[in-house]
Amino acid sequence: MSNSASANRTVLGFWIYLMTDCVLFATLFATFAVMRGSTNGGADGAQLFDLPYVMVETLLLLTSSFVCGLAMIALQRGKKDTVIQLLFITFVLGAVFVGLEVNEFHKLAAEGNGWARSGFLSSYFTLVATHGLHICVGLLWLSVLAWQIMRKGLGGNTPKRLTLFSMFWHFLDVIWIFIFSVVYLWGGLV
Amino acid sequence: MFFANLLGRLTTDALPHDAVTAFGALSIVGVGVAVPILLTVTKRWKWLWKEWLTSVDPKKVGVMYIIVALAMLLRGAADALLLRTQQATSVGGSNGVVDANHFQQIFSAHGTIMIFFVAMGLLFGLVNLIVPLMIGSRDVAFPTLNATSFWLFFGGMALVNLSLLVGEFSAAGWLAYPPLSELQFSPGTGVDYWIWSLQVAGIGSLLSGINFITTILTMRAPGMTLMKMPMFVWTVLGSMTMIAFAFPILTVTLTLLALDRTLGMHFFTADGGGNAMMYVNLIWAWGHPEVYILILPAFGVYSEVVATFARKRLFGYTSMVWATAAIVLLSFIVWLHHFFTMGAGADVNAFFGIMTMIIAIPTGVKLFNWLFTMYRGRIHFATPMRWFLGFVLIFTIGGMAGVLMSIPPVDFQVHNSLFLVAHFHMMIVGGVVFGFFAGLTYWFPKIFGFKLNERLGRYAFWCWLVGFVLAFVPLYALGLMGATRRLNHYDASLGWQQLFIVAGVGALIIAAGIGFQVLQLIVSIVQRDKNRDLTGDPWNGRTLEWSVPSPAPVYNFAIIPVVKDRDAFWAMKHARGEKAAPEYEAITMPRNTSVGMVIAVFATLAAFAIIWHIWWLAIAGAIGLVLTIVIRAYDDDTEFTLSAAKVAKLETARFAKEQA
Repeated sequence: MSNSASANRTVLGFWIYLMTDCVLFATLFATFAVMRGSTNGGADGAQLFDLPYVMVETLLLLTSSFVCGLAMIALQRGKKDTVIQLLFITFVLGAVFVGLEVNEFHKLAAEGNGWARSGFLSSYFTLVATHGLHICVGLLWLSVLAWQIMRKGLGGNTPKRLTLFSMFWHFLDVIWIFIFSVVYLWGGLV
Repeated sequence: MFFANLLGRLTTDALPHDAVTAFGALSIVGVGVAVPILLTVTKRWKWLWKEWLTSVDPKKVGVMYIIVALAMLLRGAADALLLRTQQATSVGGSNGVVDANHFQQIFSAHGTIMIFFVAMGLLFGLVNLIVPLMIGSRDVAFPTLNATSFWLFFGGMALVNLSLLVGEFSAAGWLAYPPLSELQFSPGTGVDYWIWSLQVAGIGSLLSGINFITTILTMRAPGMTLMKMPMFVWTVLGSMTMIAFAFPILTVTLTLLALDRTLGMHFFTADGGGNAMMYVNLIWAWGHPEVYILILPAFGVYSEVVATFARKRLFGYTSMVWATAAIVLLSFIVWLHHFFTMGAGADVNAFFGIMTMIIAIPTGVKLFNWLFTMYRGRIHFATPMRWFLGFVLIFTIGGMAGVLMSIPPVDFQVHNSLFLVAHFHMMIVGGVVFGFFAGLTYWFPKIFGFKLNERLGRYAFWCWLVGFVLAFVPLYALGLMGATRRLNHYDASLGWQQLFIVAGVGALIIAAGIGFQVLQLIVSIVQRDKNRDLTGDPWNGRTLEWSVPSPAPVYNFAIIPVVKDRDAFWAMKHARGEKAAPEYEAITMPRNTSVGMVIAVFATLAAFAIIWHIWWLAIAGAIGLVLTIVIRAYDDDTEFTLSAAKVAKLETARFAKEQA
């Protein structure tokens, strides 16, 4: 079996996995849409969400994806050190995003608006945290990949794995755009 | 504080305290003790580990799926017999054999086990065994992932059975509707066992779905265009596509219920702004595709069986493909017919009712295509063909009952009654299980190299057919008389007992059928030298799996075939002209690995820990799982190569054996 056929096969399989993940998020979005008004007498999105704060999170994540794209270009040019540097920036931006999200969650919970407060908050925390969990998995994956590149260089299966990671990272960006629009804009304005 | 919580809520109270559960637990412990002793005495541990447990060969993974599924069939059937006994005897002054709580656990376990661990197990077993051979491939797209899927399935199965030993099983039905399944009304570990066994097995199914879509789309032999694929492969592609779209919904739904129960969220609770009907919608948005996930591959088996035993090309291949595609699509827009009584209003109910009726059209197309395939064929009534004919009878009756229930006003009358129970058993047993039995009998010689005993197969078939009609036709009548499902007791004056007794007798006859199947297996193994399949083509088959020896070599095809016709092997057999001398090439195969099993062990441990709130173990399981994947990612030596000379040697040895 030739290497490129096998790599193409893996990329196709990963695309299908991303589609299943898309269905997973779609289910969570549908649940959020249904539970949005079930505030159980508590606060709703308009009272809770801090849109400028979320905008900062959004920009961080988008920039992280952009840098990840630059790393892919550096990979094609075979510049190992540049790839590692760019992946490091991608990682830092992603990690700061997670930090901001955890801080946001903590603030909500501390004010008595934790996930057990209402159906609305349950669906909010679950949807956003599922995305956050994906980002954390991505960060772990990124660290393992960077270590692999440092030790084994850009040969072997590294290009394939970096391609898959890049697909994953961009996919999470797209999901975040939907979270920003559906949860924070739609949920926060009404 | 830490040590007080070391075992979460796991105490000695969790061990079985009554006769029925203790018996079940004892039989599990018995098997758990007997198997290792047998392995030690026969010195088979190493063989088991090297040849089976660490194997990534889909032919072996498939066999393991089927062994687990058949063992679970025995467990599920034992549950069914208990249910039938209870309903036949628990009338008036008598309370039957089990109490209400156990009765609920038994019907919950029966449904869960039969769907997830019998039907799904047989499905993945057959898919693993046959699809790579049918498309002329040496392997699946991701062999290690495939083994991982199996072991996750095994882990889920282990959790269901563990609930007999430690704790309890869910008493909330096979789909665990809230608010009954919420902490408030089901505070024990039963629902948690249900959630996490399905979660572990379900993720395995999802990964399998991704794997086989990729396999079918990218690994077909040269010349096999989509419209030249055998019908079974088409139906598997449809089924796996539905898995990819439906199983993530199950993953989410189970997670949300778990979050309600474990972290006090309010998705489906009766208070706090929860919405129980959201759960019912979500679970059926997965659940309805799920039943087609099961039935489509069974349709595929029938397509292969009928064409082979009627000695004719499958009639209406193109319409068959489109009917399959239509069923895939429609399966996602009918879920609400499971709860017309929710009160969604006339328009919504009308939409889902009409969509449901429309499904009868592609299904009817398939049925007529099979009948036309038989028309003027030279029909050979081997056992697989009998299963097919039994299916036609039962599936048609059950299907008509289904169309009847798709009319919302009728459904309001029979909702939650035994009429429904009779309907879906006719579809799933008469359709899916008969189909998989046909498939197992049909492909058995390909897998093991010898045929199953035909006479005992016929006895088993007739017991199943007669028993099945006796067990389920009375339930239609009882349902119309007002008997709801899941009754553990009823009043004598209702006059239902005779019909329940008939149903019970039917169940006993089915049990005799299962007995004949076990006997058939034993007799066939003992007499295997008499029924050897030396040609690789015992039924005069039409598709590529029959072009290789039985059992197939580890690399399936020494030379990848070139496909020119839909019935590729049939065309090859009847082609004129000289055959070219074989030119062998080096073959690269994946090495055996225990990674799949290790991942599943960690996942199952973590699931068990969450069920019992043993948080340190849950974290340890999750860390172990991640570490296993990372370590595996650093292993570059995962394949080995058989040289062309070695392949030539193996093949020559086989030809010599065939000649002798």
